[in-house]
Amino acid sequence: MPELGTRAPREPLLEVKGLKVKYGAIEALKGVELSVGVGEVVALIGANGAGKTSTLRAVSGMVKPVAGSITLRGQSVVGLKANELVPKGMAHAPEGRGIFPNLTVRENLELGAYLRNDGAGIADDAARCFKFFPVLAERQKQMAGTLSGGEQQMLAISRAMMSRPKLLLLDEPSLGLAPQVTQIIFRILREVNAQGMSILLVEQNAHLALGLCHWAYVLETGEMVMSGTGEKLLASEEVRKAYLGE
Amino acid sequence: MRAWAPIAVAAAALFALQLLLGRFEFFVYLASLVGVNVILAVSLNIINGMTGQFSIGHAGFMAVGAYTASVFSLATNDTRIAGLGVVSDQIFFVAALALGGAAAALCGFLVGLPSLRLRGDYLAIVTLGFGEIIRVIVQNTPSLGGPLGLSGVPQYSTFAMVWFVVFITVLVARRLASSTHGRALWAIREDEVAAEAMGVDTTAYKVRAFVVSAFFAGVAGGLFTHFQSVITPAQFDFTRSIDIVVFIVAGGLGSTTGAVSAAVVLTLLPEALRSLFGAIGADSSLSAVVDQIRKPLYGVLLIIIMLARPQGIFGTNEAWDLFKKKKAAA
Repeated sequence: MPELGTRAPREPLLEVKGLKVKYGAIEALKGVELSVGVGEVVALIGANGAGKTSTLRAVSGMVKPVAGSITLRGQSVVGLKANELVPKGMAHAPEGRGIFPNLTVRENLELGAYLRNDGAGIADDAARCFKFFPVLAERQKQMAGTLSGGEQQMLAISRAMMSRPKLLLLDEPSLGLAPQVTQIIFRILREVNAQGMSILLVEQNAHLALGLCHWAYVLETGEMVMSGTGEKLLASEEVRKAYLGE
Repeated sequence: MRAWAPIAVAAAALFALQLLLGRFEFFVYLASLVGVNVILAVSLNIINGMTGQFSIGHAGFMAVGAYTASVFSLATNDTRIAGLGVVSDQIFFVAALALGGAAAALCGFLVGLPSLRLRGDYLAIVTLGFGEIIRVIVQNTPSLGGPLGLSGVPQYSTFAMVWFVVFITVLVARRLASSTHGRALWAIREDEVAAEAMGVDTTAYKVRAFVVSAFFAGVAGGLFTHFQSVITPAQFDFTRSIDIVVFIVAGGLGSTTGAVSAAVVLTLLPEALRSLFGAIGADSSLSAVVDQIRKPLYGVLLIIIMLARPQGIFGTNEAWDLFKKKKAAA
């Protein structure tokens, strides 16, 4: 697999090797390799059906891989269920947001901190989310189902952050959102990362993802075909043709 | 201390009411019937309302509790704890209720297990099947009286006892709803995948909801048999399960207040219609008609409620929350 640019030395947080996922007879992932270092933003880009979401779902325990290893901070986490990964420091904001529509914004955030019982810390973190997304503070007593798409995405990200994860998995945070809202969300992601949270990001919008990440992988039909720094990939002829429509 | 105070107050109040009203036999019978239905509705609401798993086999759990308690009471009918008089009966009664509840809870665990894999309609079919299986087993077991059922179950039940259990059930449902457990159940109801992503062990919580709910249904069955004195498998058929579902859907899935109100109103409605017909001088055949039109009436009522207010009369609101909000506003 060609690598464009050099990756800064890093302390490994997540290591994925030889990951295979099958849906019935269909092989969605044919041995995916990737790693996320502490403090890094890593993006997965690729066309529809390339296996981006499958990779994320396998990492977060929502589908069971048929082969491969996944280690989080040196500890194997293959076969653990999604709810068992949360206490190990992983949080997943699933595709399509998955907020709780009939609970208030605040209740959604509190459920994000479901496994914690430090009341003061939870309140602090909620306040931090409200600082990131002031619109959520205005709507904290409103049912989450009444929020706009962008606000729901902000809530989904905030809720995932409420468990104080070491690694945040984001699936298509820009899906169906206005460009302006997407800009806000990516600005916040940059800020969250600057405060030390590592992020594994799946994104259709290659431009945005490559602009944010420290390192990116390009997936094609269940395999990694290329990796590199966001800058180098953005400049590469192949990527421009295939994913940026230029 | 604070936790026990309401229970003591309720027990004392119910005992006083018992002394006042205990001699009106028909009132006690009706109140017991209402009480049992309230327990069934509030407990089913824990599965269907709070957790969002659709169960339509609640009569099965009730039957397990009723038959277990009856068999125990019939077997111990002649046993007395020396020197305790009537209290001895009540001790055996409580033991019978506990046994009935435990047996039903065990069944709840067994039915809860497949619910890990099944969702929505599929789970509903499993619970429906469970209810029918229980009924058919009982119907074909000679030692349980077969289709004729069991008779001569001692009438230990009192107004105070039934409503004390009602009180406990509502208390448990209410505390559950506002606890971390309750939060987890709500999350499962709202979005199971997201709940799991929050760290909620959805499997464990769904099974627990089934176990708690089945326990109270079993206790309700135990109470039922101890004032009916005669139970037959036909009393626990599919239509009874549907009755209970109607209570909670009409009251509002997820609202304990709704479950209580709907169970009270819909249990008393046929009785009220019957006495109304009696009062205007209709002959007794018309009263019999009331029983026959009860089911279609429920159907029409449900259609009207679903059209006008699909979330049920109370939605997911609770009477005590209203009180809290008022206090906060004042």
